[in-house]
Amino acid sequence: MFKDSDWKLKVGLAEMLKGGVIMDVTTPEHAKIAEDAGAVAVMALERVPADIRKDGGVARMASVEIIAKIRETVSIPVMAKCRIGHFAEAQVLQELEVDYIDESEVLTPADEEFHVDKWEYKVPFVCGCRNLGEALRRISEGAAMIRTKGEAGSGNIVEAVRHIRLVMSRIRSLQGMNPEEIRTEAQEMRAPIEIVEETARLGKLPVPNFAAGGIATPADASLMMQLGAESVFVGSGIFKSSDPPKRAKAIVEATTRFADPRAVLDATRPLGEAMAGLDIKDIPEDKLFQTR
Amino acid sequence: MTDRRVGILALQGDFALHQAAFERLGVRVALVKEPEALERLDRLVIPGGEATTMQLLIDKFGFRQPLIDFGNQRPVWGTCAGLILLAGEVVDSLMNPLGLIDIRVERNAYGSQINSFIETGTVSFGKQEQPLEMVFIRAPKILDYSDKVVPLGMLGSNVTVAKQDNILVSTFHPELTDRTTLHEYFLKM
Repeated sequence: MFKDSDWKLKVGLAEMLKGGVIMDVTTPEHAKIAEDAGAVAVMALERVPADIRKDGGVARMASVEIIAKIRETVSIPVMAKCRIGHFAEAQVLQELEVDYIDESEVLTPADEEFHVDKWEYKVPFVCGCRNLGEALRRISEGAAMIRTKGEAGSGNIVEAVRHIRLVMSRIRSLQGMNPEEIRTEAQEMRAPIEIVEETARLGKLPVPNFAAGGIATPADASLMMQLGAESVFVGSGIFKSSDPPKRAKAIVEATTRFADPRAVLDATRPLGEAMAGLDIKDIPEDKLFQTR
Repeated sequence: MTDRRVGILALQGDFALHQAAFERLGVRVALVKEPEALERLDRLVIPGGEATTMQLLIDKFGFRQPLIDFGNQRPVWGTCAGLILLAGEVVDSLMNPLGLIDIRVERNAYGSQINSFIETGTVSFGKQEQPLEMVFIRAPKILDYSDKVVPLGMLGSNVTVAKQDNILVSTFHPELTDRTTLHEYFLKM
């Protein structure tokens, strides 16, 4: 299944997005700001995660008119979120010809047991993870890109750091395992043995591994890239800040030259206020997005 | 083969896949993140990625004139977004390309991601024509080209590989396949 041409095209687009920033947008105007600032793609959604958290209620796929308008407005890839397990939203998004679908914990889950069977689609999917097992289970369902979940809408990077560290350190330990240990590990992670073996052989996930969930500053982006992420998603961090165009550009520059502190400093200089952040301890357990 | 000093522009995109393809040929490459690094190179690849993003970073980090100067003297190969950046003209008001090859280009000419595809086209380098797997991802099309440009690869009636003096372009992604035909050709240019 990892050899056919559809898979190559799905992962291929994710490869093209590496070293870039994917920005959450709710309107065509925001999409334009994101494109002008150098976003490699935009993610269309109804409300940014900080507002979903604040306003509550059921969060669904964005309005199809807005997604269609965003597609007309920008030349970069347009992604959109569907609810976990909501394969009819995913079907509609494919009909709309979005370039990537994010089956996202930020929206209210539609199915508490099953994720979308992503092999059924020509459009590629990205899914969130908190650890290696979750990442490999999503890949086995057909996700062609993985991102950390972090804690979306919190403006707090701590959960994204936890998730990328867990994924990377588990991959490193897989590399030192013999075949029996890998088999047991696959059983514990409830992931197919072939994908676990492939991950051990490559020393990385078999699909691009991006970061999301709490990135609010250029230094946050640099941190995630230095920890092994290959691109970053920024949700509320841009359009909840005091100067979105500047902040968007700054995060793009810091992502490109993440390993050069001078460049990250230069990118950080002209910025206004970052979005307000939340201590994860102040978010009630049942309000966490990442456990979905 | 080790002293060729091949660089890959590594601002954004799939530069690591080009690096892997050259390494399979035993050629070590440098990832270029600063204009100064160009001075140490004999040839350069501009990879696939998002053309608008790469253009912004090229201008932000002072790459524009150094890239034009480099391309006037030494071999440069652009794949997909790299082709768009090297073009003389792009049908898109957002793009201000480097103008190193006399082609007119349309971005995303085949449509969105569900229209991305893989097909076998043909390439010929003076000798016999040979088949080549071509991976098109939200790919551009060469709409027109001047008589200075030599078509080297075709898919149906579309030119997918072209060359003008020391500038090589391809609308697809050879770095996503196992074949290194174009990488080998570029090293001999």
